[in-house]
Amino acid sequence: MIAAIDLATVWAFIIAFAVFVYVVMDGFDLGLGILFPLFPAKEDRDVIMNSVAPVWDGNETWLVLGGGGLMAAFPLAYAVLMPALYTPVIAMLIGLVFRGVAFEFRWRTTRLQQNRWDIAFAGGSALAALAQGIALGAILQGVHVEDRHYAGGWWDWLTPFSLLTGVSVAAGYALLGATWLVLKTEGELRDKAYRLSWLLLFAMLGAIGVVSIATPFLDIHYAQRWFTWPNVILTAPVPIAVAAVTILLLRSLAERKDQQPFVLTLLLFALSYAGLGVSMYPFIVPQSITIWQAASPANSQIFMLVGVAVLIPLILGYTAWAYWVFRGKVKAGSGYH
Amino acid sequence: MFDGFGAVELARAQFAFTMSFHIVFPAFSIGLASYLAVLEALWLWTGRAVFLDLFKYWLKIFAIAFGMGVVSGIVMSYQFGTNWSAFADKTGPVIGPLMAYEVLTAFFLEAGFLGVMLFGLERVGPRLHFTATLMVAVGTLISAFWILSANSWMQTPAGYAVNADGQFVAVDWLKVIFNPSFPYRLVHMVLAAYLTTAFVVGGVGAFHLLRDRQVAGTRVMFSMAMWMAALVAPLQILAGDAHGLNTLEHQPAKVMAMEGHYQSHPDGAPLILFGLPNQAAGRVDGAIEIPKLSSLILKHKLDAPLAGLDTVPRADWPPVPITFWSFRIMVGLGFLMMATGLLSLWARWRGTLFHWRFLHRLAVAMAPAGFVAVLAGWITTETGRQPFTVYGVLRTLESASPLAAPAVGSSLLAFVIVYFAVFSVGVVYILRLMAQPPHPGERGPASDMPARAAGITPAAAIAAEGSAS
Repeated sequence: MIAAIDLATVWAFIIAFAVFVYVVMDGFDLGLGILFPLFPAKEDRDVIMNSVAPVWDGNETWLVLGGGGLMAAFPLAYAVLMPALYTPVIAMLIGLVFRGVAFEFRWRTTRLQQNRWDIAFAGGSALAALAQGIALGAILQGVHVEDRHYAGGWWDWLTPFSLLTGVSVAAGYALLGATWLVLKTEGELRDKAYRLSWLLLFAMLGAIGVVSIATPFLDIHYAQRWFTWPNVILTAPVPIAVAAVTILLLRSLAERKDQQPFVLTLLLFALSYAGLGVSMYPFIVPQSITIWQAASPANSQIFMLVGVAVLIPLILGYTAWAYWVFRGKVKAGSGYH
Repeated sequence: MFDGFGAVELARAQFAFTMSFHIVFPAFSIGLASYLAVLEALWLWTGRAVFLDLFKYWLKIFAIAFGMGVVSGIVMSYQFGTNWSAFADKTGPVIGPLMAYEVLTAFFLEAGFLGVMLFGLERVGPRLHFTATLMVAVGTLISAFWILSANSWMQTPAGYAVNADGQFVAVDWLKVIFNPSFPYRLVHMVLAAYLTTAFVVGGVGAFHLLRDRQVAGTRVMFSMAMWMAALVAPLQILAGDAHGLNTLEHQPAKVMAMEGHYQSHPDGAPLILFGLPNQAAGRVDGAIEIPKLSSLILKHKLDAPLAGLDTVPRADWPPVPITFWSFRIMVGLGFLMMATGLLSLWARWRGTLFHWRFLHRLAVAMAPAGFVAVLAGWITTETGRQPFTVYGVLRTLESASPLAAPAVGSSLLAFVIVYFAVFSVGVVYILRLMAQPPHPGERGPASDMPARAAGITPAAAIAAEGSAS
């Protein structure tokens, strides 16, 4: 039994890892879409697109791993959550269709002044980000389960709390996008990205604050997890670390160190994500299904664990190589327009 | 708009719709990725510029097709949960890992190297770039391996048991992966992808030959495509025949539906060429048939008995009219493709491959044949295994999510609108690229992108890095 418990926990961490990598990697690339309307000049948009065009597909693959891995390792959770999150998931998929095809389509249209694929990229990115945030909120507030089935209604996901998390995630993605631009661009584009980073950082901090205050009111278990003795010894470092990273981030923006803001924003995401983990564990569907109840039989989880152990390091290796190939500032190429 | 349909019917319609759109792109990109790898290898080997021109020409088309395949594929990976949650819960422990391996071994490989393949030639140099192209091509084939294994397990389940929660669990992973219909289906699908691509490339080559016979790139692509058609189409017919015999062994009701055999034939079954299957009456109306030929094809004996659907409980009948007709469309196109390939051999022998306008017109007309045949083939195999999702064990009705019809109907409507709006434009962009002949000094996707314009060398990139830090 001990072995089985360990296996489910290991898999919970693997899925959490895949989702986290997705959140930060597609996060900055969805964030660029959210910021697109603020950069109306075609030259700027071309640079923004080119900063991510070679890697966006790899970023999105982590979402497929998150979904596919969830079905394989925790089929019950996948089977309950997808119908519960029906509308946000469909909205996310449709958003991803629009923004995904825009990477190629926007170079193919003959109407260069009013490029409708720029609108598709911005709208699709914003929709996907919002839908993901809403899905997060809907999971946190819990879903109604009966007899291995989702038993709630079609609109249960829609609450003030889920809208709050929706906007919060979109704001966070936009901050990732802005700090990515600080990292990858120069000149006026970078200056504007710096200004946006300031605004978005405060927006994200506000969002983290409000969501952190609201979450314990959703369910007594969350409050007990965070505020009772001796849990508080383990949970208190999370907000303290958030404060420390925030200070570093503010300083890096003030001193205009191009590489730092993006990395520190990733760290801020990691801490917020860890906070969500603290709230949820060991539930995979909060307050109704634990990771052990949802887990696949051990032989399915072991079969995949072998692949994960060998392949994930390999994947991280060649993904890093792909980023390395396209490293450095993206330049607006004059003379080729 | 969808009044009168139940949630399960709408979920099936949604799966059929999104899947049909999706499969078109992988069918093309599996073949095209291999073709691109061959073109780049020939360029590296011979140094002839025409191969690099053709590589860049098809790379631009590949980029668009691959992008559409990716986004329509993400939809598929979530659809098991949204519309088929009971199926996902029950089969997740068996086919979930197969799909997880597809992501780990194939999707990441393709996505990781795609950026370098599309935009990285100047940055990494020809040899490393060829490695990237090869990785993408291999990735598409590995992807086909896993997803066809998962699909084949649903058709011919093996190596499993059922646990207390009603979930399928694996007993023997090798038997799960290499289930009885998998090798046949894999070969049939990969050959289909290669044929599909060959006919698209051949059609585009023929289109430009009809306008100008002197362009080197046009001639090379047409010649290569016709070699593929001539070699692969006959192989595909043999592979299809073997797949059919395997289906007869493991899913006899599907073959009965394909053949239109409602009745049993104790002393030799006829081959029904055409007719109107009448599902309610359980017979084929107005059948044009050749006596005993079906027994000869399926049993290799004229008088061999063949059972019909009258031996199968009515509740387990597949929807015969769809299976029957889609099968005929697939086979008919298969023979037309083989005929095209053989005609090209004849033309090549006579030395008129680049001059015979009839052949060129035929090749243009046949350009979409592979797509239609792939769709017809999938419709045959997927409708033929109804009313089950896991053949003989789990019914389609027991697989669906506990959703109300309006929810599924709305999402179906949304997908229909979005897919037509987005993918039809993508197809127009692809056709627009195809309408241009391949030019000497062809530009790849990179040179359309000002920021990564030609001339960025590794040295320049390092210099840029230096000035940034």
